[in-house]
Amino acid sequence: MTLKSEAAALNGKPVQVLKEDGSVIDKRLEPSLSSEDLKKLYYTMVLTRMMDERFFKMQRQGRIGFYLSSTGEEAAHIGSAFSAEKEDWLFLQYREPGAALIRGFSLFHFACQILGNSGDLTKGKQMPCHYAYKKGHLLSISSPVGTQIPQAVGFAWGAKIRNEKSAALAYFGDGATSTGDFHVGMNFAGVFKVPVVFICKNNQLAISLPVQKQTAVSNIALKAQAYGIEGVRVDGNDLLAVIQATRQALQKARSGEGATLIEALTYRMGAHSTSDDPRLYGDEMTLEEWKKKDCILRFQKYLEFKGIWNPDYEKEIQTQAGEEISKAVEEAEKLPPPSYDTLFEDVYSEIPPQLEEERKGVSHAGL
Amino acid sequence: MPVYNLLQALNDALRTAMRKNDRVVILGEDVGKLGGVFRVTKDLQAEFGADRVIDTPLAEGGIIGTAIGMALYGLRPIAEIQFSDFIYPAFDQIVNELAKYRYRSGGQYECPVIIRTPSGGGIKGGLYHSQSPEAYFIHTPGLKVLMPSNPYDAKGLLLSALDQNDPVIFFEPKRIYRSAKGEVPESEYSVPIGKAEVVKQGKDVTLISYGAMMTESREAVEKALEEEVQVELIDLKSLVPLDVETVIGSVQKTGKVVIVNEAPRTCGFAAELVALINEKAFLYLEAPPVRVTGFDTPFPYTLEHVYLPSVDRILKAIRQTAHF
Repeated sequence: MTLKSEAAALNGKPVQVLKEDGSVIDKRLEPSLSSEDLKKLYYTMVLTRMMDERFFKMQRQGRIGFYLSSTGEEAAHIGSAFSAEKEDWLFLQYREPGAALIRGFSLFHFACQILGNSGDLTKGKQMPCHYAYKKGHLLSISSPVGTQIPQAVGFAWGAKIRNEKSAALAYFGDGATSTGDFHVGMNFAGVFKVPVVFICKNNQLAISLPVQKQTAVSNIALKAQAYGIEGVRVDGNDLLAVIQATRQALQKARSGEGATLIEALTYRMGAHSTSDDPRLYGDEMTLEEWKKKDCILRFQKYLEFKGIWNPDYEKEIQTQAGEEISKAVEEAEKLPPPSYDTLFEDVYSEIPPQLEEERKGVSHAGL
Repeated sequence: MPVYNLLQALNDALRTAMRKNDRVVILGEDVGKLGGVFRVTKDLQAEFGADRVIDTPLAEGGIIGTAIGMALYGLRPIAEIQFSDFIYPAFDQIVNELAKYRYRSGGQYECPVIIRTPSGGGIKGGLYHSQSPEAYFIHTPGLKVLMPSNPYDAKGLLLSALDQNDPVIFFEPKRIYRSAKGEVPESEYSVPIGKAEVVKQGKDVTLISYGAMMTESREAVEKALEEEVQVELIDLKSLVPLDVETVIGSVQKTGKVVIVNEAPRTCGFAAELVALINEKAFLYLEAPPVRVTGFDTPFPYTLEHVYLPSVDRILKAIRQTAHF
């Protein structure tokens, strides 16, 4: 059964596989997942949320400068990243740490990047949460919103031109749908039938602006129609619906049928960043409503039905995740900052003479 | 050896590169069947197919954004921006993405996109078909910025750009697309990036320029010689990286310098060159450096001949400097 027909029947309501109590609505939409997969998914969701708590605290303690949490949105990015194949590539925004973990980005490297130390694969060159990990096919994250959308299209288009199997997944939020890059990316993807999957995590907020003021269209998936591509609206707090939608979109991409826009409806339960203060614009009532629809809770109930989850299991994995985070942070905090030389590296493939002169000036200054 | 104009030399360079490497693709507005509004990509789609010479929708941000993705995938995209005046919708993709991709990924990724774009005035193109925006890109670390002044350099520099792994903004002096002619080898060759050329030796004054302004500069140098002023003429070709050694070496020899660029005066590349000369050759200077540039106005339509540095303006600057 395709989500397309399901979505059409729902007339704008998001597709769900799981009810809020964790029971399956329609068996035909339930993705096939081994118990090992289910455990990996649940563990990654729990770990991601615990990372948010820990790094947020570390920022308040002054141990790191900045952090962006994804609390509440774990299913939307973990489920979709999990559905990608090894040969696929992910263009993340900056609020998808669980997707990075799924692609093999280690917690140690994550912590090093946040600290910007000499263990950071990006050599301390970017703010926290702006990582890149080529081995795991994670492209480099940028702060300007939406710029990765046409890049993902070009990347997947490259695979199409070369007649190779890779697809690209482009992640962004509801705010990004207002950018010119969203428009050009969707348009190019439609015209050239590019094997790309757009994952719009509609978390209802762009810093302080609610989605109703971002766009007059209540259903972002509808925007796909204007570009001649398929749009699917799923409950982004329903891990299984996200997996099903991403799998179908990737299958479609690989069979040469072009792009899909998946709108995953979710909610940003925390602040935009550690520099934000949601008390100035937030809505307690809405937050409480969404807490009832929490993606981790729902998946937990599903696993309980399956006989995988119980309170002891929860305790066990929380302990494991806590220890994993502590170990990574402890190891990362031992490392010094990158050497001053790295400041001048990677601007060009080789340091040009004028830059070399600037570099020498710094070293002679005895820094 | 065939004699080509600049358009033919560029077309030949693109054909040479595409035959050699099937990862080279061209994308831009009207570059396919039409061969580009100036015909730089003439007949290439017929030879290499619509998958490698791609007519894109009308969106510069989309052209550069997707070219970045293609380069990350491992292709060698050459993006054409129809006029450099239209490059600004892609400014964010160029400045924040393309230029910084290697740096911000700690060297894990590289992004060798070449952006070809006609620039400069003198074709009665008014505000939006005449601009010289090179300074914006020179000011952005991570980009290489090239501008040939003749067919031989055009082909050789473009082939060199394809032979290295950094993003390149390749400005083409469109006013002399057809008028600049010269012998161009049919085979593959390269003109090194980062090397300026002393086009003419001289002992009295150094004249530095690049792109279309080399035409007026050359003429002014000839006229100066009639007045017994020997001008050393330098064609920069490569603005980033800059051949500081050649520039400073010449100024140390002559002690006098005139710099010609057609872009607006304030913060134009001539300003940077003056600063550099002051830092590195101050004690050799026998006269204040002089800039001959466009004015700090938008590019005019009717009065473009007044705006553009002319042979007379350059000659006047040479005299002023020589007889200081």
